[in-house]
Amino acid sequence: MSAESNQLDPHTWVKSHADYLYAYTIKRISDEEQAKDLVQETFLAALEKVDRFEGKSSERTWLTAILKNKIIDVYRKKSSGLRKDVQAAEHEQEDFFDHDDGHWRSAYAPQAFGIEDVDHLGNKEFNNILQMCLQKLPALWMAIFTMKHMDDADTTLICSELKVTPSNFWVIIHRTKLNLRACLQRNWE
Amino acid sequence: MSQLKKIQYNCKKATFLIEKKMLSRITFREHIELRIHLLGCSVCRIYGKQSRIINDMVRQLFKSSMPGEAKLDESFKKELQERIEIELNKN
Repeated sequence: MSAESNQLDPHTWVKSHADYLYAYTIKRISDEEQAKDLVQETFLAALEKVDRFEGKSSERTWLTAILKNKIIDVYRKKSSGLRKDVQAAEHEQEDFFDHDDGHWRSAYAPQAFGIEDVDHLGNKEFNNILQMCLQKLPALWMAIFTMKHMDDADTTLICSELKVTPSNFWVIIHRTKLNLRACLQRNWE
Repeated sequence: MSQLKKIQYNCKKATFLIEKKMLSRITFREHIELRIHLLGCSVCRIYGKQSRIINDMVRQLFKSSMPGEAKLDESFKKELQERIEIELNKN
């Protein structure tokens, strides 16, 4: 083992990483109980893998990777089945464009609503609205959007993990943004 | 409808291409179509601008660790560490 090799110390895990892992989870799965369970499961799963830790990444990075896989499992379970939430979300944007020529219908056409020129990064009020709009997305859309935008996951990986075709992936990326943008405009203006 | 009209009017297609282009590659033909569309469509230009900003804000939201973020309660943490200690002592 090299001198820089990272070490694991399970005796300090909760103190050092529990809040971080919880905050990480709650942003991706907005269910407090489920997030708590996932943090606990992550530590317990990590204990079983301690022997296989090679010291190449930091303790936190290693724990986060285990957590990430557990979050994907949740996404997969949530987005399988009937997908009624997807139907509702698709219905919401049915009238955004003219059915014949694909032109924006005037009632839904994007308008400047104050995010274009002012820097709202870190604005708490705006972040709250953003989170509220993200939570309204269907589970499958939220899963794909989160994995792509937040975690920079590879498109092929997302498609295989969540069982969507590449062409459907892009349709969902587009549809997600249409609803998210409309929600932001409705609530921020 | 002429081919050009189709491109000029189809905001649904244009916004799809805007999204795809931000995360991946679009074909040369799609590139040209999008350019032609955006030249004549101020609404989709606004959409594109907003969409980029939304991506930035989402990234920021998920990456930052702001003070006042969600925290676990102390009793849960205490129990969790105890549970870990029990597991450690098993070995």
